[in-house]
Amino acid sequence: MALLEVQNLSISFGGLRAVDNFNIQIEKGQLYGLIGPNGAGKTTVFNLLTGVYKPTEGIITLDGENITGKKTIDINKAGIARTFQNIRLFKELSVLDNVKVGLHNNYHYGTISGILRLPSYSKTEKIMDEKAMELLKVFDLDKEASTLAANLPYGKQRKLEIARALATNPKLLLLDEPAAGMNPNETLELMETIHFVRDHFNMTILLIEHDMKLVSGICEELTVLNFGKVLTHGKTSDVLNDPQVITAYLGE
Amino acid sequence: MKMKELNKTTKSNLITYALVIITYIIVQIILESGHMSSLMEGLLVPLCTYVILAVSLNLTVGILGELSLGHAGFMCVGAFSSAFFSKCTAELLPSGLRFFLAILIGAAVAALFGMLVGIPVLRLKGDYLAIVTLAFGEIIKNLVNVLYIGIDENGMHFSTKDSISLGLQPGGKTIINGAQGISGTPNDSTFTIGIILVLITLFIVLNLVHSRDGRAIMAIRDNRIAAESVGINITKYKLMAFTISAALAGVAGVLYAHNLSTLTALPKNFGYNMSITILVFVVLGGIGNIRGSVIAAVVLTLLPELLRELNDYRMLIYAIVLIAMMLFNSSPKAIAFREKYSLKKLFAKKSAKEGK
Repeated sequence: MALLEVQNLSISFGGLRAVDNFNIQIEKGQLYGLIGPNGAGKTTVFNLLTGVYKPTEGIITLDGENITGKKTIDINKAGIARTFQNIRLFKELSVLDNVKVGLHNNYHYGTISGILRLPSYSKTEKIMDEKAMELLKVFDLDKEASTLAANLPYGKQRKLEIARALATNPKLLLLDEPAAGMNPNETLELMETIHFVRDHFNMTILLIEHDMKLVSGICEELTVLNFGKVLTHGKTSDVLNDPQVITAYLGE
Repeated sequence: MKMKELNKTTKSNLITYALVIITYIIVQIILESGHMSSLMEGLLVPLCTYVILAVSLNLTVGILGELSLGHAGFMCVGAFSSAFFSKCTAELLPSGLRFFLAILIGAAVAALFGMLVGIPVLRLKGDYLAIVTLAFGEIIKNLVNVLYIGIDENGMHFSTKDSISLGLQPGGKTIINGAQGISGTPNDSTFTIGIILVLITLFIVLNLVHSRDGRAIMAIRDNRIAAESVGINITKYKLMAFTISAALAGVAGVLYAHNLSTLTALPKNFGYNMSITILVFVVLGGIGNIRGSVIAAVVLTLLPELLRELNDYRMLIYAIVLIAMMLFNSSPKAIAFREKYSLKKLFAKKSAKEGK
């Protein structure tokens, strides 16, 4: 059974059908791409999957569990984590604390033990520190652990966002234009990182991207959106050579 | 790296505690040697009150990132509920226990009001939240002004008209007498208790900030949407910060109420002006900077008193100090200057040179 199964997903804003009859099936461990021209509704699909918007119609199933219409935090607990097109970090917190916020729901101690510094506080904080540092090491951010997130260079901010999303221990990772604003070298490095995340964490990844080099380099399957509708889907090489897709991007 | 960072926050917290304790010792020495004027002596407990208020408001404004203009309202609730309790039990309980219970009651009632106000209000953002909290503060003040409560052998009597309509039996007494407030509250507040409460407030706020819950609260402040996406319960943590902040303001109210023989709700002590004064402490001490709030509250309370001899120039100098502190705290040039000439850097340079 597919890890993520979306059937007939639709949403209307007033008269505008932003996403219309969207279907997708992602198997566990897949690296899946969602592409399409500007304004096609890609980020809206992400917002529907993560509960930011409630779908007008359709069913979203994650690992056999129906998550349609649930709240964002419950969807995160069910196993979907995401990054954002315009980076959204906790800017005034340190890099380490950003990841520790991601670990929030996996490690618990009470408010009172936090204030009174009871043994459970120091024990849990120590484990959280270790886990967070482990994740930061994967992204080569461990040396900047105590830097404020706002002071990181752009490429590292993107990486930190991925690290924070992974800290929530998701089944499915959604990346919204991870290569936006990166130079070719950074993009290459990012491609390696995404590959590594998939292999190392055995993660399923769905990503939105405009950079065709990145898409053709790492995605195994693609779905193309145009004006809110699925234009086509299939193996990356087939889809990218499809005349319909070329027309959608370049015009007649 | 990690250990170093941990040590840094612990060290910074310890400096804050040490600062308070050293101030306490110095003041005690001056008091013992009899060099303190009675005017200054009378200011000691209010100073502690203001410090607690500033630190607790910083939890809402700096750590949670929501503008609240009704902080004096929570102080008012704490003050009146605890004074009411103290007056009712004045003859029944020993003063130490009574004051301890009064503090708990003041904190609990203020926390309750914080929660009641917080549940609907925290759905609002920014300016709207400020407006509603401002209204809350004014409503509480005005409600207390028309509240009459008396007690006799038949139990408690309430009225919102006047003390006669309470219909008390002979021998009953009025406890809250409308605009005349509560008089005859036992004067349990001392400077020592004030300082202990300041330390407890600092302990709670600083430890909360550096815990799992504190991180969640600051994550909401920095980016609500991202916090939600990693599974942080926005409502729960907003309400938690707001309630703790209100409870601590209630404690400040208890301290305030038990320092006066007559407690009345005037615009001066529980009104809009008071809320703004506390906000000024927080903003000038640095939003989110707990130690800064303590220092700003002390400096800005003492300054007008110290400048009393200058009469007309007093408010002028006060205003100039406000502007100077504001520039020092937030103008980019001042921040660059501070970084360039900070004590830490100068020392580091010196030792580096000596090392060579």
